[in-house]
Amino acid sequence: MKVTINGKRCETPAGKTILQAAQANGIYIPTLCYLEKIGALAKCRACAVEVKGNPNLLTACNTPVTEGMEIFTDSDRAVAAQRYVVDLALSSGNHDCMICEKSGDCELQDAAYFLKFEDKDFRRGNYPTDIDDSSPFIRVDHNRCIMCGRCVEACNRIVVNGVIKIINRGFDSRIGFDCDDPMGESSCVQCGECTQVCPVGALTNKKSIGKARVWEVEKVRTTCPYCGVGCQQELHVKNGRIVKVTSAEDGSPNKGRLCVKGRYGYDFIYSEDRLTTPLIREKKGEFREASWDEALDLVAKKFKDIIKKHGPDAIAGVSCARSNNEDSYQMQKLFRSVLKTNNIDHCART
Amino acid sequence: MFFCIGTNMTEAHPVAATYLKNAVVNGAKLIVVDPRRQRLTDYATLFAQIKVGSDIAFLNGLMHILIKEDLYDKAFVEQNCEGFEEFKTHILKNYPPQKAAEISGVSVEKIREIAHLLASVKPCMVCYTLGITEHTSGRNNVVSVANLQMLLGNLGMESAGVNPLRGQNNVQGACDMGALPNVYPGYQAVSDPAIKEKFEKAWGVTGLPDKPGLVIPAMLEGLPTKKVRALYIFGENMANSEPDIAHVEHCLESAQFLVCNDIFPTETTRFAHVVFPAAAWSEDDGTFTSSERRVNRVRKVSAPPGQARPNWWIFKEIARRMGSSWDSGSGPEIWDNEISVLAPSMAGIKYSRIEGNGLQWPCPTMEHPGTPFLHKNGKFSRGKGLFTVADWTPPAEVADAEYPYVLSTGRRLFHYHTRTQTSRAGMDAILPEETADISVQDAKRQGIANGDMVRVWSRRGEVTVKARVTEEVPPGMVWMAFHFREGNANWLTNPVFDPFTQTAEYKACAVNMEKKT
Repeated sequence: MKVTINGKRCETPAGKTILQAAQANGIYIPTLCYLEKIGALAKCRACAVEVKGNPNLLTACNTPVTEGMEIFTDSDRAVAAQRYVVDLALSSGNHDCMICEKSGDCELQDAAYFLKFEDKDFRRGNYPTDIDDSSPFIRVDHNRCIMCGRCVEACNRIVVNGVIKIINRGFDSRIGFDCDDPMGESSCVQCGECTQVCPVGALTNKKSIGKARVWEVEKVRTTCPYCGVGCQQELHVKNGRIVKVTSAEDGSPNKGRLCVKGRYGYDFIYSEDRLTTPLIREKKGEFREASWDEALDLVAKKFKDIIKKHGPDAIAGVSCARSNNEDSYQMQKLFRSVLKTNNIDHCART
Repeated sequence: MFFCIGTNMTEAHPVAATYLKNAVVNGAKLIVVDPRRQRLTDYATLFAQIKVGSDIAFLNGLMHILIKEDLYDKAFVEQNCEGFEEFKTHILKNYPPQKAAEISGVSVEKIREIAHLLASVKPCMVCYTLGITEHTSGRNNVVSVANLQMLLGNLGMESAGVNPLRGQNNVQGACDMGALPNVYPGYQAVSDPAIKEKFEKAWGVTGLPDKPGLVIPAMLEGLPTKKVRALYIFGENMANSEPDIAHVEHCLESAQFLVCNDIFPTETTRFAHVVFPAAAWSEDDGTFTSSERRVNRVRKVSAPPGQARPNWWIFKEIARRMGSSWDSGSGPEIWDNEISVLAPSMAGIKYSRIEGNGLQWPCPTMEHPGTPFLHKNGKFSRGKGLFTVADWTPPAEVADAEYPYVLSTGRRLFHYHTRTQTSRAGMDAILPEETADISVQDAKRQGIANGDMVRVWSRRGEVTVKARVTEEVPPGMVWMAFHFREGNANWLTNPVFDPFTQTAEYKACAVNMEKKT
């Protein structure tokens, strides 16, 4: 399908929206509520564009392209409308980027920067701090919320937990949990899907606060270490340390979703309880630290002695259903090819 | 449509559950069969609250109706299955709905309603978890589920099949890798002389053992009798996770030589003679294989702490000190040069192909796209799908006058197994202790309020925990998990095993309970 966007001829498949056609052609349109996996909510109106022949501005996120459509995302009228929406959002809360966890990865910040804001036009007085710190892993800052509705959709339609809703009306409207309970006292299961979709710094991961600015991290894709679903994660790593876990939206099978353990259960690896040196138990029952050579030699010697005296089937091994495939392979190879026993199993049944 | 039996999916596999919930929101039907009114039942079209351990009677009752009322997939059964006539005669004779209702506690009307719904929608996917397998009748439970799906012709296509949701991140992989006493990597039998020869050649050894080895329960039993002198436990906290902790600890204590690889000191490493400090998740390059047989990459982001080393390196070093020199020197080398070469079902999976999304085996060649579902067009790996008669048997221990409650066990959302990881990741802030979940009716009868301390005891041990009075649990049941050492359900559970699979009956034993005064 042929359309023109800002005078530029573009090809786009039928069935696409103006927003998708623009994105595919490298043209940015400010959006606040739109998210591909949620679909067009057309709530925020920040994506207003002008289309030749249409008396009204149209929202790019939910207007399908038609053959020969002439679209203007940067006309005076379109930009004025976009600015108005973004201006209202900027003015309706404490958007203090300098100290916001989301700075650098904030869609309101992106829109304001793109639209060359120097200041906001509306003043509604001061906003008293309105932070819900009641849940263990998610920080809710109501004054950074722009009421885009993404978290509501994600909680109800993607993870179908039905916890988040919009309560009250007008200036008083805000996101609420169950019957406007503090998040930590609500039925929220802390899956963090809302933090994954929040375009601003309203819903952030507590564990990550103050750990790294977004531009300092490297993202490493990996697989969750908890259940057997095999969710794909993105580890946000700064100086070799995981500071946050999100999920790759295009990763199979979970497509951006995680549970409380997958999103927030990663930092056990930094516990001070980690074993850091081989240990040998003395006759008295106490463990003492040992070198790798001493501990490995002891195990090899004991195994050889036992095989000599009692045969290879006097040794048995339990492999690990948590560790890598390659580790289990090595262990069964050790048992079969070196110790010469098939006494190798793991908790396959439980 | 989904038929979920014995699966507490919203807690044990939360992300998988979101897809079921999405489908239900979009109009799919969901049948839940479970002793507890757990969260998934909130989304169910029909819910059958069966008695613990009555699965086979319930399923056979369903199949009785499907056969009697001529509602099954005759074409699928005729073309793709065998053993049906014998099965049919047995089911029609022995499992009238009335009998199924008596055993399962689900009304004849409800069983019929479920049978009719099953017959009216196709395909239907069956999901089960340990509610099916952790019984002395576990193998027969699985057989019954398979019988149902063959009868309905719900196999060999997308959104159908028999889908066990696997518990650990890599329990599928550990099986695939041959960490089982009877098979090499890729499920190649140790008893097959040709396979033995193939591995002898690949590993440069002779005399590989061809007799299947011991399974875990037999290993533990072998410790006090000295049949097993040395036990090597890699990353398992058996002292908390096996049934009947007192007995398990007695076994571990009597080991002549116990070696552990672990990332933390655990209740199990206390019994070790040597403990090796291992690399954890994200400290080594490797792969996990998920429930859907998908081989996924696991990437290293930092070195293990202190002197901790990767597990593959530890095994390689022991081999070297026993006279065997192995070449592969990293996870990727082990996979690409050994595993995918030796396991034909994974021959097409190489690290270069799983940089993004993983691949699902069988994937026999480098061009193969992987296999999302098995038994396509009703072609089973053994040829015809075999109907196998499975009769209901009660759990080994049932409630009686002395122990009037059934204890059933499982997992809770905020912790993972024995909590070695989740307790060190802040999850105690949400769930700080074990509880005994009991019904409102039993609580009332015994004068127990929510949060009261209760003493729960079985023939094997006793625990004192807080009562959680909940409508999830039916009268007559105590439900607990094994996340905490204190109040761990495994002080109480019964170490009896399915005769085929050697899976323990974690889901049913008899207990008594009283308010702690």
